[in-house]
Amino acid sequence: MPKLTANISALALVAASLSLAACASKAPKELPPQPTASSTTTMPPEQPTGPVPGSQADFLASVLSDTIHFDTDRYNVDTESQGILQSQAQWLARYPAKMVTLEGHADERGTRDYNIALGERRANAAKNYLVSLGVDASRITVVSYGKERPIALGSDEASWAKNRRAVTLTVQ
Amino acid sequence: MKTVKFAPLIGLASLPGLSLPAPAFAQVEQLPASSASQGPQAPADAGGLTGSVTDESEWQDLGIAIPAFPTDASVATAAEGGNTEALGRNLARVVYNDLKNNGLFKPVGPDALPGIGYFQVTAPSFDFWRGRSTEMLVQGFVKAAPDGKLTVGCYLYDVALGSELIRQGYVVQPAEWRRAAHKCADMVYARLSGENPFFDSKIAYIAETGPKDHRRKQLAIMDSDGANHRFITNGQATALTPRYSPDYSKIVYLSYLNGYPRIYVYDIGTGQQRLVTQGKGPTFAPRWSPDGKWILYSMAIGGNTDIYRVSAQGGPSTRLTNTPGINVGGSYSPDGSRIVFESDRSGSQQVYVMNADGSNQRRISFFGGRAATPEWSPRGDQIAFTHIAGNFRIAVMDPNGQSVRDLTDSWQDEAPTWSPNGRIIQFFRTEKNSGKTGIWQVDLTGRNERKLNTPVDASDPAWGPVLP
Repeated sequence: MPKLTANISALALVAASLSLAACASKAPKELPPQPTASSTTTMPPEQPTGPVPGSQADFLASVLSDTIHFDTDRYNVDTESQGILQSQAQWLARYPAKMVTLEGHADERGTRDYNIALGERRANAAKNYLVSLGVDASRITVVSYGKERPIALGSDEASWAKNRRAVTLTVQ
Repeated sequence: MKTVKFAPLIGLASLPGLSLPAPAFAQVEQLPASSASQGPQAPADAGGLTGSVTDESEWQDLGIAIPAFPTDASVATAAEGGNTEALGRNLARVVYNDLKNNGLFKPVGPDALPGIGYFQVTAPSFDFWRGRSTEMLVQGFVKAAPDGKLTVGCYLYDVALGSELIRQGYVVQPAEWRRAAHKCADMVYARLSGENPFFDSKIAYIAETGPKDHRRKQLAIMDSDGANHRFITNGQATALTPRYSPDYSKIVYLSYLNGYPRIYVYDIGTGQQRLVTQGKGPTFAPRWSPDGKWILYSMAIGGNTDIYRVSAQGGPSTRLTNTPGINVGGSYSPDGSRIVFESDRSGSQQVYVMNADGSNQRRISFFGGRAATPEWSPRGDQIAFTHIAGNFRIAVMDPNGQSVRDLTDSWQDEAPTWSPNGRIIQFFRTEKNSGKTGIWQVDLTGRNERKLNTPVDASDPAWGPVLP
């Protein structure tokens, strides 16, 4: 389905540019802090309305998604997932001291041991893509949960599709 | 856990010696013979069932009566029942449940039979039992010594012939009373079926509680009939896929202790555990070699999973597979010369066999669907596996991948392991949507399927050998 793929990749580009636009609108966050009475220079300004820069909340607000999905028994990073991981790589470039954990998961429709291996494979595929975008491999830890930690609880295709995933978590 | 040593009085050849703690369980020096004629001894390895699939109807329908085991004098005991008279009834109940629950016989137990006198144990009223259409009669007794130890006698009679087929006696500590009953059931089962015994054995498994998205998974152990249940881990770290060492002294299993999946060897006697290897990748799918000297495990490096072998004492590992993809699991043939394992190197999960050193790897499963989690039968002639084709079914095939038979048909049955005698396959079944799990057993005909009672949901069952 080349046409569909092209459309998805176009969407991903649109989404990526939206994301960039969003980043641009947050630019003030990255300005030097206002002088304060306490004269603290290392603390970011208080921003009660937005997440703390570099935090997990900031990560979630800044990236397209913390999660990419996979087809049954597959571990390739598709075009949509590439866009998501690109947005994560951009955030990681902004906070070079931040470490992340990549969790790999499988749906319930597989045997236990195989699913641990499959989750490992998926998390590594995501890691390798981030590394290809310039993220230092030493900043990424991988862990597979196999089928042990579903987020969608039904026994149906829609639930399984949600559970076949790799999730990026910042290490605080 | 107390490991105990047992030796049968007569009838069975002594089992291979294992280095175990001092016995808390001894054999009876001389069990009185019955007044009935002595029947023929079972031939060493004939006279029973042969092959893997047999018509069980001949012996399955045998009418076996098991009245309560009388005592010479009812005295207090620490064993279940409080006194030896009540204990005698409990002993007969355990024998009855063992023989009934596996779909092998249709016994009648002590709660449906009149009691017998102590002196009748060795002098059965054959005419009475013939009148009840009983074909086989299991009678026993229990006596308590002044030091509290119990002596349990077990006799099997052929009612039609009016003869004694076999007898055994056991001396047990009160806390081990159920083992005497399991040994009695094993004696009856082995004599009548010609198969090796399996009731006096234990099962390690994963106890599951909580909702599907926050499942608590604890390592637990129990006797083969579900008694003497004990949790080993507290559930704070997810535990998976346990396997008893062949001598029951250790359990190898996967734990997410410290956040990452790693295999640990847990020592039951000391309660201590250690990592099976210091390798940097996640380790999973542990298995013992039949002699307990080696542990197979799978390790992922950079997303690629291969099978390794390490000494049970620790030390360097040897990589056995070396192909792109997921090579996982592994189960030794009973003689330790070959390993059956799972690989998706062809594009989907299929079953392969290799020599124990990793050489001569070849695929054996060439039928519809995927084939996963292979386990070699202790008899050597069958491989049990999870057959994935729509439903997940427990299936068997021979070591060449021929004679494939599905034994179960449910939404998701997986992870078969064998009873010590290779007659029963244990697995776990997951319910669609709820995710509830339970341990089930099926015999090699596929006709006799039953759920094992566990205190909570249960998965990943692994049977240990028959206790010595």
